[in-house]
Amino acid sequence: MTEPTRVPRKIWLAMFTRLLAVQGSWNYELLMGNGIAFAAEPGLRLLPETEYREALAREGRYFNCHPYLASIAVGSLVRAELERVPGPKIERFRTALCGPLGSVGDRLIWAGWLPACSLLALVVFGAGAPAWVVVTVFLGLYSAGHLSLRAWGLSTGLDRGMHVAKALAGPVFRRGPDVIARAGALLAGMAIPAALARVVRHGPAPGSAALYVDVVAGVLAGGVLLVRMHGRVDGWRIALVVLAAFVLYAVLRHG
Amino acid sequence: MNWFNLVPFVLLGAIVGLDVVSFPQAMISRPIVAATASAALGGHPGLGLALGATLELIALEMLPFGASRYPEWGSASVVGGAIIAGTPGQTITPTVTSSALVLAVLAALATAWIGGWTMVMLRRLNAVWARRATPILDTGSPRTVDGLQIRGLCADLLRGALLTAIALAVLNPIVDAVIHLWGVPPAQSRAVVVGVSATVAVAAAWKVFHTTKGAPWFFLAGLAAGVALAWAQ
Repeated sequence: MTEPTRVPRKIWLAMFTRLLAVQGSWNYELLMGNGIAFAAEPGLRLLPETEYREALAREGRYFNCHPYLASIAVGSLVRAELERVPGPKIERFRTALCGPLGSVGDRLIWAGWLPACSLLALVVFGAGAPAWVVVTVFLGLYSAGHLSLRAWGLSTGLDRGMHVAKALAGPVFRRGPDVIARAGALLAGMAIPAALARVVRHGPAPGSAALYVDVVAGVLAGGVLLVRMHGRVDGWRIALVVLAAFVLYAVLRHG
Repeated sequence: MNWFNLVPFVLLGAIVGLDVVSFPQAMISRPIVAATASAALGGHPGLGLALGATLELIALEMLPFGASRYPEWGSASVVGGAIIAGTPGQTITPTVTSSALVLAVLAALATAWIGGWTMVMLRRLNAVWARRATPILDTGSPRTVDGLQIRGLCADLLRGALLTAIALAVLNPIVDAVIHLWGVPPAQSRAVVVGVSATVAVAAAWKVFHTTKGAPWFFLAGLAAGVALAWAQ
């Protein structure tokens, strides 16, 4: 590996800030491509004019991955461009990055960190915490995860360039999703009855313990039914239909 | 609720609508945050939190995977929060707040559905702009790269604002009318809405975690702890 090409702090910050908007023009033609060019642009300014334009054009082409791990892609692509790696080689590297950065990010964040943080916030809600505490727990924990992942990704990409694959084999990416999923399953078990109790039993005109037991039993039975229908129907659509029918019932009952 | 009072909710709807995908994806658009913030604008953060938690249970099912289509929870939660905060401002009774919770969840679900469709439309519009700009993008023009990005961000901000404004304009009068015709006791109303949400959440938890070894046992252990926590309250 060659000596890392250092990027000034100001440029690192500009790239990091732009990475927050990496999906700003997400579309079905280039997907995240223009966003990658947008985030990489401050780093590419270190190149002479002709090479800068060639690199910017290359980085704006079709690209897709997880938005938080786009930081790894941007860092390593900028490093490769600054090291004058031949264009076709960068394009092949770019294509190779899409799959791993997409699947690793989806498992770690969308199927792991996000639901785990959300469920923890629901547990805190179920424990009776006030609104500001619940929101602070969720945003504080989630932001600590996504901001540090983005910052780490950009620095790691810039440090390792086209050898960034090794970073994805680290313990956080290999074991992290399973650890978070187990924690998420535990939190899901805690959050559902606790949140139910707070809404049913502790609102205005509290419901009885018998009503609460009925609801928990109904939820478990309904949950099993929905699991068996997995892949054929979205739960939120069923919720929409059931609640619309319930509103109609409530109005008819009044009449 | 008059038009002037809607302005803060429309601005919040625009900001959290932008957060869903475009900027900064910090999850301020999650229902537990957006619904709470929205209802707090109307002076009822506690009601917003109950709504946010109820919607969050449903939102667990549809996570924002890549190019998949999913409901837009951000602006939708703001609409729900505005409805639940606006309604009891007139006559606060348990029946009103409980029926408002049901109606706010229903309004948020309907808005999230339409919001998901508006996101697809925006992605198509971004594609049109990107296709037109391709010849200039191929020359490595930084102005075009920045222009596309800023145009997409502004369009998404506008999308969230319009969605929130139209949804509130359409749904507020309906909710106001229905709330006076409510014929189900408050505790039962809340039990139905949160029961439906929790049912979706149970299925969502299975969907997300079932491939992980040992996850069902962790879920059962959590369930026991959650029931104990609920009983201790």
